[in-house]
Amino acid sequence: MKEDLEEQIEKLKQLLLDKSELLDQSQKEVQLFKEQVIKNEKLASLGMLSAGIAHEIKNPLNFINNFSELSIEFLQEIEDILKGLEKTEAIEDIEAILNDLKYNLDKIQQNGQRVNRIVTSMLLQSRGNNGVFEPTDINQLIKEYVNLAFHGMRASKSPINVKIEFDLSEDIGLIPLKQEDFSRVILNLCNNAFDAMRENNNISQGGNREPVLKISTRKKDNIVIIAVEDNGQGISEDIKDKILQPFFTTKKGTQGTGLGLSISSDIVSAHQGTINIESKEGFFTKFIIKIPVS
Amino acid sequence: MKILIVDDEKDVEMLFRQKFRKELRNNEIQLDFAFSGEEALEVLGSENPPSVVYVFSDINMPGMTGLELLEKIKSKYPNILVSMISAYGDSDNYNKAINSGAKGFFTKPIDFENLKTEISQLIKQKEG
Repeated sequence: MKEDLEEQIEKLKQLLLDKSELLDQSQKEVQLFKEQVIKNEKLASLGMLSAGIAHEIKNPLNFINNFSELSIEFLQEIEDILKGLEKTEAIEDIEAILNDLKYNLDKIQQNGQRVNRIVTSMLLQSRGNNGVFEPTDINQLIKEYVNLAFHGMRASKSPINVKIEFDLSEDIGLIPLKQEDFSRVILNLCNNAFDAMRENNNISQGGNREPVLKISTRKKDNIVIIAVEDNGQGISEDIKDKILQPFFTTKKGTQGTGLGLSISSDIVSAHQGTINIESKEGFFTKFIIKIPVS
Repeated sequence: MKILIVDDEKDVEMLFRQKFRKELRNNEIQLDFAFSGEEALEVLGSENPPSVVYVFSDINMPGMTGLELLEKIKSKYPNILVSMISAYGDSDNYNKAINSGAKGFFTKPIDFENLKTEISQLIKQKEG
């Protein structure tokens, strides 16, 4: 009788211990989740701020691009006038200087247009996802956003050297895409790839292989296939099914939102497409997006 | 043909005068400038009827916004054409402008080729 009772007490004790451990665990999760929410909140306000800044940049950019273009036109007019004059050494000198000046103005203009493209992509990113399907040159979009992801990563706290290899099929043509949404998928996959390759660099100190990001596009039987492959740490079998779930992340603390891939997966679904993952732990990860086009 | 440009940034005057120097020299168009929505309404109100046939207005200005100006012009002078020129090319602003009767919507940085096409079409219509 007494033994029975003691046994039961022991059992209950164990149960209580288990429960309190569980409670501890979930409390930690709640804490992490809270931090995540705060971070998301911060990101959202940062997004709004950057959209505001992006717009304001367009105003001075308007003057930079248009005044430099005008100055090029004026130089052309001066050159035309000089052509009508008798060639002297002084005029040749002036022409040489004007040439340099024209080169510089061209550079100002080209870079102004570059800023415009960057700012435009920033605005596309910060906009809500009520986008519309537009005929899109997928290769162009990929090149632009891979580039943007790369430079974003290079400007981050922990940049890595990455070789980027494009293998883009020329016969895809225009396909209907929600550009602002789809560009997020590309950005997200690239950022994950950079993280995976950075981790791998850390693990195998000294880096036994150079990080390479491969992006390819193909069209086969009315299906456009986009593959993003990195030679980073890979994904282990047991979590492969989970990585598309919202809030699932392997990134430490508040580094990852656990939302990137789930949002990407939603976006691809909205395009009637699928995401498949091929990976070998320690070697590579390949995300394969398939989108049907008619 | 008189065109009124409304923008709170004064540099636009020199930019437009230079970009349209040939059209100005040939007297195909005349340009007038206002640096706020309020000033634009004063310019239009100073003549009866106003000689301005086309207004290009920025949207984001201190005081009266370009969209408010658009509505005021459209109710007071329904014959005057109004187009918006804005750094904010989002669908929200675009729809608001078009629904309030704007003829066109141009984004900054301004593509003057587009703007010149728009204006030369109007000149042709006037002549034809």
